[in-house]
Amino acid sequence: MTALLETCRLVKHFHGVQAVDGIDLAIPPGCCFGLLGPNGAGKTTTVEMLEGIQKPTSGTVRYRGEPLGPRFRQDIGIMFQSTALQDHVTGRENLWMFGNFYPRALPVAELVETCALGEFLDRDTRKLSGGQRQRLLLAIALVNDPELLFLDEPTTGLDPQARRNFWELIHRIKARGKTVLLTTHYMEEAYHLCDEIAIMDHGRIIAQGTPRALLAAHFDDVVLQLPLADFPNPIPLSSHTVIQGRDTVEILTRDVNTAIEELLARNISLARLQIRPRTLEDLFLELTGRELRS
Amino acid sequence: MNWRRFWAVFVCRNREFLRDRSTLTWNLLFPVSLIAGFAFAFSGSGLDLYKVGVLGNTNHWQGSAFFSTRYIHFIPVTDRSIALSKVERHQLDMLIDPTGRRYWINDEAPKGYVLEQMLRGVDATTTPIFSKQTVSGRGIRYVDWVMPGVLAMNMMFGCLFGVGYVIVRYRKNGMLKRLKATPLTPLEFLAAQVTSRLWLTLATTIVVFAGTDQFIVFPMHGSYLDLFVVFATGAISLISLGLIVAARTTSEELAAGLLNLLSWPMTFLSGVWFSLEGVHPFLQQCAQLVPLTHIIDAARAIMMDGAGLGDISGHLLALMVMSLGFMAAGAWLFRWE
Repeated sequence: MTALLETCRLVKHFHGVQAVDGIDLAIPPGCCFGLLGPNGAGKTTTVEMLEGIQKPTSGTVRYRGEPLGPRFRQDIGIMFQSTALQDHVTGRENLWMFGNFYPRALPVAELVETCALGEFLDRDTRKLSGGQRQRLLLAIALVNDPELLFLDEPTTGLDPQARRNFWELIHRIKARGKTVLLTTHYMEEAYHLCDEIAIMDHGRIIAQGTPRALLAAHFDDVVLQLPLADFPNPIPLSSHTVIQGRDTVEILTRDVNTAIEELLARNISLARLQIRPRTLEDLFLELTGRELRS
Repeated sequence: MNWRRFWAVFVCRNREFLRDRSTLTWNLLFPVSLIAGFAFAFSGSGLDLYKVGVLGNTNHWQGSAFFSTRYIHFIPVTDRSIALSKVERHQLDMLIDPTGRRYWINDEAPKGYVLEQMLRGVDATTTPIFSKQTVSGRGIRYVDWVMPGVLAMNMMFGCLFGVGYVIVRYRKNGMLKRLKATPLTPLEFLAAQVTSRLWLTLATTIVVFAGTDQFIVFPMHGSYLDLFVVFATGAISLISLGLIVAARTTSEELAAGLLNLLSWPMTFLSGVWFSLEGVHPFLQQCAQLVPLTHIIDAARAIMMDGAGLGDISGHLLALMVMSLGFMAAGAWLFRWE
């Protein structure tokens, strides 16, 4: 399938720092593509080059096989992580303003329904809650019925209810066949929403594929999780990896039965044992390390 | 230029300004209160230009014409040493002791020197060399003279900060970055900002002028239309100057500093509060380089001398050239981020 958006050897330097180091991406139409990475990995710079906000030092970005041009501006919608709106202006007026920037705009009523703006549409944007504000920003990003939607950490700072609500909105947008490029720090969010993900670190893509395929490719074990209090002397178990956290001990094993037998042999209570499959977060930490990034 | 996009930004910017009650009130109240304050301050017998301390009993003041001189404020004092220290510190221009027929001045104080000459001259018995002549026509009050300057100064602050500061705020809070991601062009955005600020500035200036004229009654010997042309041309030049500051600045603090750096010297050089007659010729030449000077001189010429557009064409030409230069520089330097 021909890619809707693709990059070729994308590079960006900032004052001697190589923020992006030769990225090749191809995002097919109708796909929800997740770009993940720790702070400073270069994903914001990459996304801004894809959006046409920043010019690459070298390499190309092509939309429908063409370099980014006026048509691209008309076909995309962007929701930045933090965007200020004009003070003293209502949500409806913001939609009106942004709608006038495009040759064709969706009716306000449709945007209101899609993004559930009804209750606060005529409220001054300064008086919106975090979740309401994000829904309005999503509606603004959708105002031109874009073919390609960029969502930069759209749920950061939202409470769990608002986040789940936002996921629903994105599912609805996906259902309409739109292509979505999502950056997020929430691995659960990426797993739920994305058809394909790429994990970046140090300006490069270090893993790419569907979430399931990536997990299958990197892991063939499961995690046994016990509270640290139930595991007073963390003795290494033979043939299993043991990771001690602040409150929990995680045992990575391919053979659950043997691991449980070893735990019982050491008189460790299994009353609070949890067994879970590997997650994207495990993969993320495995690929990018556990040390704190600035 | 897409006029639909221009109109959308223009309308939203107007809404933002007009709904911001505190800013709107300040834009109207500040100049009105300033002009009203001047009218009140200079409505009495006039400003006392000199301050003279007088030692001892006021009865001893009688018999000297010097004590009847207008615009000198005679202040009774009892303690000579305290009064002398005030002369040293320029708080009093002269200390006089009528009983002892003595006076003290600070040799470094020009006002003291002038008072000394007056004191000696008023009481002289020689025949006057010059004969007094009276200026005919209605006198120009200080408030009449200062009012065009206050209006222009208010316009200057509104234009510089209303465009320069606002665009920097938009840039800092990410609004410009969001707009950059749309088909809106810099020309459309800047044109909408300039046009919005222009009409809002002219509207507030008209309201302030009409409002203060109701109770102060300014002289108007020229045409209101000509005055409008001067203020409109001046506002465009000041807004364009604000665009240069806004072109790339990303910090509101830096923008405020730069705007103050422009506005305060301009206020001084343009002669808002006092005439620059007699100051160093270099400063007078510098004054011709700032738009505010041309706005104020042209407005005063229309209001007080009845000048027409032909008479002030030099000022209008200077403002137009400045507008074009500032606008070109601002547009060339402008970056969304």
